[in-house]
Amino acid sequence: MVGLEHYLTVAAALFVIGIFGIFLNRKNVIVILMSIELMLLAVNINLVAFSAHLGDLVGQVFTMFVLTVAAAEAAIGLAILVTFFRNRGTIDVEDVNVMKG
Amino acid sequence: MTGTADLLILLPELVLAVFAMAALLAAVYTEKDGLTPLLIWATAGMFLLVAFWIGVQPAGARAAFGGMVVDDAFARFAKVTILLSAAAVLMMSQDYLIRRGLGRFEYPVLITLAVVGMMLMVSAADLMTLYVGLELMSLSLYVVAALRRDSVKSTEAGLKYFVLGALSSGILLYGASLTYGYAGTTSFAGILSTLDAEVPLGLLFGLVFMLAGLAFKVSAAPFHMWTPDVYEGAPTPVTAFFATAPKVAAMALMARLAFDAFGAIPGDWGQVVAALAVASMFLGAIAAIGQRDIKRLMAYSSIAHMGFALMGLAAAAAGDPRVAAAGVQATLIYMAIYVVMNIGTFAFVLSMERDGRPVTDIAGLNQFASREPTKALCLLLLMFSLAGVPPLLGFFGKFAVLKAAVDAGMAWLAVAGAIASVIGAFYYLRIVYFMYFGREAEVLDSRMAPAQWLTLTLASAAMLAGILNLFGVEPLAAMAADSLVR
Repeated sequence: MVGLEHYLTVAAALFVIGIFGIFLNRKNVIVILMSIELMLLAVNINLVAFSAHLGDLVGQVFTMFVLTVAAAEAAIGLAILVTFFRNRGTIDVEDVNVMKG
Repeated sequence: MTGTADLLILLPELVLAVFAMAALLAAVYTEKDGLTPLLIWATAGMFLLVAFWIGVQPAGARAAFGGMVVDDAFARFAKVTILLSAAAVLMMSQDYLIRRGLGRFEYPVLITLAVVGMMLMVSAADLMTLYVGLELMSLSLYVVAALRRDSVKSTEAGLKYFVLGALSSGILLYGASLTYGYAGTTSFAGILSTLDAEVPLGLLFGLVFMLAGLAFKVSAAPFHMWTPDVYEGAPTPVTAFFATAPKVAAMALMARLAFDAFGAIPGDWGQVVAALAVASMFLGAIAAIGQRDIKRLMAYSSIAHMGFALMGLAAAAAGDPRVAAAGVQATLIYMAIYVVMNIGTFAFVLSMERDGRPVTDIAGLNQFASREPTKALCLLLLMFSLAGVPPLLGFFGKFAVLKAAVDAGMAWLAVAGAIASVIGAFYYLRIVYFMYFGREAEVLDSRMAPAQWLTLTLASAAMLAGILNLFGVEPLAAMAADSLVR
């Protein structure tokens, strides 16, 4: 029987993979965008699982908001990435280094 | 049921949102970027009007949309601060944007949308409202950070801000989902009512994740790493905006979440906030010492100032409601003073140039006082105030939070704050030293538009004049704090 804890475990695993994807990835920025999506999807799994478990619709409404915002976020991220590529000619994470901080 | 009464409560936000869309359409169908100067003034005018409108609303708290949004004295205080600072930043940056070829009509539209998001954030009474408001602000800010599309620095700033901002939103959202699951509701009042002696571990995780996400937005250490790069890379008017209104909104949201949703367990969030405060104050004070770029320096300065503002919030975690209200009041006063000081300083930074090109190196300020004594004096007042030198306004902000910390029995926090502010004074005073006693060097020009000059003189005059009664901010902040701490 698949219960709430299984969903929460999957979501937690996805979320951690997303965070590690942002910090460990040395290749290119697209992977970072994918990692961000992974984090948001982990949150959605959490919300829907809780919503089903509690018998409360609010969690699914929240999921709709998260999906919409995630789409807008991806669009803006890609747009910024395109302008960055036009200036720098590369999207390697190691080349995002004009300013040192 | 949703009705006209609900819409009326949210009317200021709706008016601004409709204005943003109308401005976008108007600019697209007419002269495009030719309309920018007019749009900037119109937007600033709208902000001032809406700020006045919110300021004269009747006292008392009103909830709308089934408790998703609340309009109380705390929200009104934060909204007026946000609107006034956004209007000031727009007015003083108009000349810079046009002269540097940044006069895109999207700029005032995006700023308006960001301000709508901030107003929603400070009115949030539900995790969904919180999230949507926060994202409306953040998404607009990512775009304006990359406003100068043909510059590597600006697009890199936008990219860094986007990646770390999205990460922080993800963390906040994960916390929100855990909170929803373990409390069974997303409304702040509902979460508060489920808290009793036995707090489930999931709720604590949710609280910590949400605080971490918000700490990113206020750039509190150890979540500050985006700040210096984004401040340096973004165009100066955008940096001036980043340093003011969004900080107020995120700080107010943090206080709102702490009290409205987790007010029953102040000990749990209080220690997190205190740790953030100490880390930010020291990191901001020490890391700024080596900076040569005034925008990076202001970034570390804002990290340190956020530490002081968080100190007020940490003091508010003391159980006694009277002490708690004093802590929130101190945070609000500190934020209001911080915003005025930063607007004045950035009005000056906007004017720094040499041979028509913008300069941000602080070495360019050498011997500045011999060329422009009035402006140097204004900047001197602002720098002394940022450092917290006694007779000036900045001192009273610091005094308020230190006093709140001592009253809350957190003397160690107050001592740490005093030490950090002494360390931090070094780099503010160094700028003054350069201006008055620096060695002879290529002096920079300071070409100021009337709006910038007016902002600089008004802000520095406020540093002196404000000490009489803090311009009556104190009772307003007290009212706001009382409405939050019930």
